[in-house]
Amino acid sequence: MSLLSNPAQIAQRATDSLQLKRRNDVWGTTFKVCLFALTAFAILFLAVLIGVMVVDGWPVLSNRLSVFLSQGFSQRSAGDAGVWQGIIGSLQIALTTAIFAVPIGVATAVYLVEYAEGSRFARVVELNIRNLAGVPSIVYGLLGLTVFVKTLSGLTQGKTVLAGGMTLAAMVLPIVVITSVEALKAVPSGIREAAYGVGATKWEVVAHQVLPASMSTILTGTVLSLARALGEAAPLILVGAATGFLSFGDANFMETFTGPFTALPVLIFNFARQPGEDWSANAAAASVIILVLILMINGTAIYWRNRLEKKW
Amino acid sequence: MVNIEESNDKSLVGHTPKVPVARAAMRSQDHAEARDLGQEKAAKVFEINGLHAYYGDFCALRDVQLDVHQSEVTAFIGPSGCGKSTFLRCFNRMNDLIEGARVDGEMRYHGLDLYDQNIDAVEVRRRIGMVFQKPNPFPKSIYDNVAFGPRIGGVKKSELDNVVEKSLRRAALWDEVKDRLGDSAYGLSGGQQQRLCIARAIAVEPDVVLMDEPCSALDPIATARIEELIAELKTQYTIVIVTHNMQQAARISDRTAFFSVEVSDSGRRTGQLVEIDRTEQIFTNPEDPRTEAYITGRVG
Repeated sequence: MSLLSNPAQIAQRATDSLQLKRRNDVWGTTFKVCLFALTAFAILFLAVLIGVMVVDGWPVLSNRLSVFLSQGFSQRSAGDAGVWQGIIGSLQIALTTAIFAVPIGVATAVYLVEYAEGSRFARVVELNIRNLAGVPSIVYGLLGLTVFVKTLSGLTQGKTVLAGGMTLAAMVLPIVVITSVEALKAVPSGIREAAYGVGATKWEVVAHQVLPASMSTILTGTVLSLARALGEAAPLILVGAATGFLSFGDANFMETFTGPFTALPVLIFNFARQPGEDWSANAAAASVIILVLILMINGTAIYWRNRLEKKW
Repeated sequence: MVNIEESNDKSLVGHTPKVPVARAAMRSQDHAEARDLGQEKAAKVFEINGLHAYYGDFCALRDVQLDVHQSEVTAFIGPSGCGKSTFLRCFNRMNDLIEGARVDGEMRYHGLDLYDQNIDAVEVRRRIGMVFQKPNPFPKSIYDNVAFGPRIGGVKKSELDNVVEKSLRRAALWDEVKDRLGDSAYGLSGGQQQRLCIARAIAVEPDVVLMDEPCSALDPIATARIEELIAELKTQYTIVIVTHNMQQAARISDRTAFFSVEVSDSGRRTGQLVEIDRTEQIFTNPEDPRTEAYITGRVG
């Protein structure tokens, strides 16, 4: 580049270089198109999945939705089958899972981040929990069968909602711990220092400042992990979710926690195994219902998260 | 003044009050001080002797000896990495929170060794408040930011409104926020947030306020307001301030301590106190050539 000394020359070069040239930014455009195409593919994939489910399940959803939602499972005919027991079972299992996984998971995270921070022990535990999060759900099913159904049968009464919920709690526990650990670590150290600075004890710092500040993130992670639990079939089948005829008899709501049970994903698995168009329509319709259920739970969680966040 | 000392002595030392010893020490210090400085009789709040601060086996600050006097502003100046912030955090045992941080030597607060086994670090931080470099309000309302300290300190709910108002007034923030005490503290400007942090620090009625470069994240106008505030606060509190800004030290402090840094062969930086004196003395007629080089802008 030649050295410019003349002001007119400098001005000329500036105006030249700043003029918008209609040149083709090939790489930039290609990159943008690629990103868009991949995004579109992901969305299309989801759309097709949902579309197929709705279309296949349409005979059931349009003709006998109320019956489908309110009837128990029946193996006699596809036209009588309903998912009521599955919905109840799934909600009960989700509740049990949350009751066990959330306190234990959040407590573990608080201990790891606030009390054992930086220690060798905390690092080893955290690494192992991260690995546990990658263990296939069927393995947790085996764990549930041996521990919750057999060893702890006095507590769970064998193959019950309680055993199923505990099994899924064990499965989602690593995810709850990891998301809570991340949420706690994301709280700025300035907040902790400020709290210590006015004479707060460790307990006051954690309970009054750190936990409230990370609550919305913890809540989000927890609900996402519950949604995963809601969709699991394999571990539940292992711990004895009914795949055949199921009668609640005259058991009341509390008694159903310790009686035989089933869940939506298990019902879908069962519907799909039966021969015939009618049964596959049932399977598709049940899939739509489980999707709606998960959406409702996530929506509620997002609503609560926004309310918690809006305050601050 | 005497009342403050009495309550300090009792509350800091859990089970074995050393009140008589500390008070006797106080009196003799008063006399010594009076002799040293003629007309100035300000009592010593802190007496520091042979203090070393370590992170692990690395010595960040070596052999510091200085006194901090009642109702004065003491400023620490010096180049980056000279350990002045580390030193400030020794005053209220904030360094306890950093793993591997350790303090050797004597740090006496009204005659009590702050690093004695019997000393309750939580109570120390209540007596010796702190304002940090970056404004760090809690993600709560303006009211709750100020009320947090008094609340956990056991102030009754009925008195909380009063404490909050008094603290915000002292921090010269009341008029700007009185109509939106329930709003998030994050909605305030940087300068207002820092004044809120000062209000939060003085809401627990401390004896000393430590300030770690409180204006470094603020614009000149906000800085001027904080400086005015410091001048007002020193009538009630003893203030120790770390600052990067020499003019600021010259404007607001009564005494200035200059720290310098020694870089070892392995590149580790160890700070040390070069000198401490009345501020006008440091800025007009420093004893040490290193201080002169720094304040005249030849170094640093």
